[in-house]
Amino acid sequence: MSVLDTTLDPQSADFRRNAEAMRRLVSDLRAQVATVELGGGERARARHTERGKLLPRERVRQLLDVGTPFLELSQLAAHGMYGGDVAAAGVVTGIGRVSGRECVVVANDATVKGGSYFPLTVKKHLRAQEIAAQNRLPCIYLVDSGGANLPTQDEVFPDREHFGRIFFHQANLSAAGIPQIAVVMGSCTAGGAYVPAMSDESIIVRKQGTIFLGGPPLVKAATGEVVSAEDLGGADVHSRTSGVTDHYATDDAHALRIARRIVSNLNHVKRPQVEIRQPAEPLLDPSEIHGVVPADPRKPYDVREVIARVVDGSDLDEFKRLYGTTLVCGFAHVHGYPVGIVANNGILFSESALKGAHFIQLCAQRGIPLVFLQNITGFMVGSKYEAGGIAKDGAKMVTAVACARVPKFTFIIGGSFGAGNYGMCGRAYSPRFLWMWPNARISVMGGEQAASVLAQVKRDAMEARGETWPREEEERFKAPIRGQYETQGHPYYASARLWDDGIIDPAETRTVLGLGLSAALNAPIEPTTFGVFRM
Amino acid sequence: MFDKILVANRGEIACRVIRTAQRMGIRTVAVFSDADEGARHVAMADEAYRIGPAPARESYLRADVIVEAAVRSGSQAVHPGYGFLSENAGFAEACAAAGITFIGPPPSAIRAMGSKSAAKRIMEEAGVPLVPGYHGEDQSPDRLLREAERIGWPVLVKATAGGGGKGMRAVLDAPSFPGALAGAKRESLASFGDDRVLLERYLARPRHVEVQVFADTLGGAVHLFERDCSIQRRHQKVLEEAPAPGLAAETRMAMGRAAVAAARAIGYVGAGTVEFLLDEDGSFSFMEMNTRLQVEHPVTEMITGQDLVEWQLRVAAGEPLPAAQEALSITGHAIEARVYAEDPTRDFLPSIGRLDHLRPPRESAHVRIDTGVREGDSVTIHYDPMIAKLVVWDTSRAGAVRRLRAALSEYQVVGVTTNLAFLGAVAAHPAYRAADLDTRFIDRHRADLIGEPGPASDTVLAVACLDEILRRATDAERAARASADPHSPWNRTHGWRLNADYHHIFTFVDDGKFVRVVTQYRPGSVLLELPGGQVEVRGSRHGLDEVVADVGGARVRATVVRSGADRVVMINGRGHRLALFDPDAAEERDVGGGSLVAPMPGKVVAVMVEAGTEVKKGAPLLVLEAMKMEHTVVSPRDGKVAAVHYTPGSIVADGAQLVTLEPVPEEG
Repeated sequence: MSVLDTTLDPQSADFRRNAEAMRRLVSDLRAQVATVELGGGERARARHTERGKLLPRERVRQLLDVGTPFLELSQLAAHGMYGGDVAAAGVVTGIGRVSGRECVVVANDATVKGGSYFPLTVKKHLRAQEIAAQNRLPCIYLVDSGGANLPTQDEVFPDREHFGRIFFHQANLSAAGIPQIAVVMGSCTAGGAYVPAMSDESIIVRKQGTIFLGGPPLVKAATGEVVSAEDLGGADVHSRTSGVTDHYATDDAHALRIARRIVSNLNHVKRPQVEIRQPAEPLLDPSEIHGVVPADPRKPYDVREVIARVVDGSDLDEFKRLYGTTLVCGFAHVHGYPVGIVANNGILFSESALKGAHFIQLCAQRGIPLVFLQNITGFMVGSKYEAGGIAKDGAKMVTAVACARVPKFTFIIGGSFGAGNYGMCGRAYSPRFLWMWPNARISVMGGEQAASVLAQVKRDAMEARGETWPREEEERFKAPIRGQYETQGHPYYASARLWDDGIIDPAETRTVLGLGLSAALNAPIEPTTFGVFRM
Repeated sequence: MFDKILVANRGEIACRVIRTAQRMGIRTVAVFSDADEGARHVAMADEAYRIGPAPARESYLRADVIVEAAVRSGSQAVHPGYGFLSENAGFAEACAAAGITFIGPPPSAIRAMGSKSAAKRIMEEAGVPLVPGYHGEDQSPDRLLREAERIGWPVLVKATAGGGGKGMRAVLDAPSFPGALAGAKRESLASFGDDRVLLERYLARPRHVEVQVFADTLGGAVHLFERDCSIQRRHQKVLEEAPAPGLAAETRMAMGRAAVAAARAIGYVGAGTVEFLLDEDGSFSFMEMNTRLQVEHPVTEMITGQDLVEWQLRVAAGEPLPAAQEALSITGHAIEARVYAEDPTRDFLPSIGRLDHLRPPRESAHVRIDTGVREGDSVTIHYDPMIAKLVVWDTSRAGAVRRLRAALSEYQVVGVTTNLAFLGAVAAHPAYRAADLDTRFIDRHRADLIGEPGPASDTVLAVACLDEILRRATDAERAARASADPHSPWNRTHGWRLNADYHHIFTFVDDGKFVRVVTQYRPGSVLLELPGGQVEVRGSRHGLDEVVADVGGARVRATVVRSGADRVVMINGRGHRLALFDPDAAEERDVGGGSLVAPMPGKVVAVMVEAGTEVKKGAPLLVLEAMKMEHTVVSPRDGKVAAVHYTPGSIVADGAQLVTLEPVPEEG
């Protein structure tokens, strides 16, 4: 037992100021999400429900086991993009319990531009399928979409990670034994027709769902045949004649009930490959994280104060506590699951990188999931450190992170800058999930740092030419650079582009991690083979 | 005393007789129809004989088969219970012919009382007061109508051979007399094989007070005081009590003397009941004598401390009466409530089905349950739909009423509609508690006792929602414990959402209407949007089906019993039935209109219309006999009969389409 202690006083002015700042960020986040949840605006919603259709989030609610969690993914996808009115990129994705089993749900929102696929809609759909593949979760597609967004077809159709990849995934997920279930609750036109057609089992809703390669206008133009959508590709055609669908539902609720029955018959037994303990709540209240994180991001704090509010019993068995102290490594449990925690506690030095690489190898060897708490301005710079080989030590950590096949979970809890992002399992290192806190920032370097570097380069060039550069002009030069980094490094900007799986309230870190861990344990933990560590 | 007796009956009375016989060390033989193979009385008896198919006519009314079973089993005596062959002189004679003792009066006494008109003549001669009436042999409708006019309206038409309200009609005036007479005769013929009727003056506010008499073969005769059986529906008793409240001591003694005189007049032996109508002025008049053990005999047992079945056995074995008149006295007050599978909101129509859940109150010195069914048994079309007799005793009537209310509120039955809530309403009614009783009590207080079925109250809905939430949590915990991932946060059911709140909509079907309850999940509670406004609800489950809830600050203790999608929310003994909406069943709900379906399984006894007949709303279409009662199916609207799907004699299932109506063609 090595229970973490706290040195913070929740009654202190600092603590209360920090908590207040974080609460403002969290409430803004919830407000943004509340707007997104409305989907496509009042008129579109009314038109949708008047036709007897349920809204996508209502469909998800009725699909899932009553009261069980829904870990929604990338709620702010496409936030502020495409003119700002493609809420959640027009598709609701997430992980939820259906008939006792964790499933990936992909639900088109027809109230958002007819549910058509923008570039980020495609990216979000593919990401959901990637999560299904990595964690072996059945996929349930609640289809209600007009297909590819035609004005952006060059960013949606032709490339490797574009629309066609959805069906490539369906085929290969099915091949891997990961069930693919489609519920046709609206149109499935052209390429969209392949979602149900490529599924293991499909359901269609009477007088709502339609599936066809070419819709009535296209048919009329091509062959002169005049036919209604229902007669061309409605529930009766596909359930009684074509066999494209397997189940006939009288309405949305009925269809979702059938989907639940299908999942209940999948004959799957979850066998987690880790030693699960009786969980214990942290001794310190997770909601106090709000007060732990300084309102001023430049102010350092001990990351153990965060860990103590995430892990079972606030209990962390630290590894190399006295060595490479700017990286905290240790074993802990979250909701009873064993985890190896790697957390920044300052800038990365050679020792910290070596410690991290070692610890990651331990976890990979033992099959223990890794949790990265990322708050890193980068690796140490300077001649002493270059000469000390910090590049090769950093490379060791990056190699370890890249190769480790145990489930990895990354939380960006502060800065995510430069090569620190790589060593701490950034998006490129395929963590099972990556979440950001609303106070986090992500960019190649910090805004102030970038502005200073660029100003230094310019000043050096001017001084070489014998010119002078007044301080106030340098400030005018630096301000827009800082502005650009602040905008592009903001979590909303990052989440909009799917650089992460969502922004979370820091107080929910423990819950979100527990859900992610349990979901990840649907897949077996594979053995790891590491690449060459440069010595 | 006998070594072995055969019980020629079923249900609670068979069990009741067996219980006393076992206590006395007498071996018992049960008989059973195909429908009763697994019945409680069969399980209780030492031996059992199959006597035929389910219909009573082919089993429990087959005197020959039953006598044969008695002979084969070596039984020395037969106890007929009540109903069936209990008042059949032929059966008593057949027993005697086979050398078997019939536990009941001699055949002559059964015959003498079996014909109500003959009984009245005998009573008149013995000096027992009578109600004005006609008991003649001339059964022509004209004569009967003339006699009715002589007696004066309103008049009661009763089956001469009848009992238990079958073949009985109250007639208010001459125009409605012929129809009522025909119905009474038809029912009487079907039930007793005899369509003769008698007429009586219909008293305004009579009480039904009956005296228990007993006579032995040695010339001894006593009475065991009276029972008040005024609380009746459809002329059948539902609540009985002893002693009759407010009865003057001299009236009690006079009634007792008259009853014993009546028994002596016909050379009576064994248990008998002399029924009187007690008028408001304290005068009483003879109605009829039942030559058997009554359904409601337990209330007499409770106040006298005697076992009347034991008395029957001793008397039949030739022993003297176990107690002399002076040794008998009344202690305390007892009430019996007959728990029936029936629907008070549908004129007490029997409710057929399986007793999916049956939990009677616990028996004690104050609470007695006489029943012939167990959980899982079915209430069928073939026999009486009684589930149990709930009998309570206390030192005073007020105490007994209090115990009755408590016991009724604890009684749990799911699977069939019951009269439990109705009984509870009677017991709680101020007029009942004030003992302001007469035979039309239920008709007069119908609105208070049955009322409109009405929508579920907010409290009922709140408890129903809370129960759904709590049960899901329990189910999830159970599933989690059985899984390899027992502590997964996915097992939680408190509605976690990322950066958002959670709500669920519970949809119930309440009396055919959808009720949607939006349920906002809050930490530790839920906020419900109910018809009457928002209410915060929290609570916990206890035992199998108890819910203790805090509904907007009010503490509610409820029982929520489920059977499939059906939910019965019981609060303070009143149950409200709801169904959780099941989208799977949506397909089956698409049923077209324009048809008439059987309200219950039964037999078609008369068809009044044929294809092409134009009918007005309310016109009788056909008559269905079920549970030995007649139910007239009337037209729900004006129309033309397109088809009649059954002929008289057909057996129809619950929900069977009987008649198809089409709109009347437009004229011109």
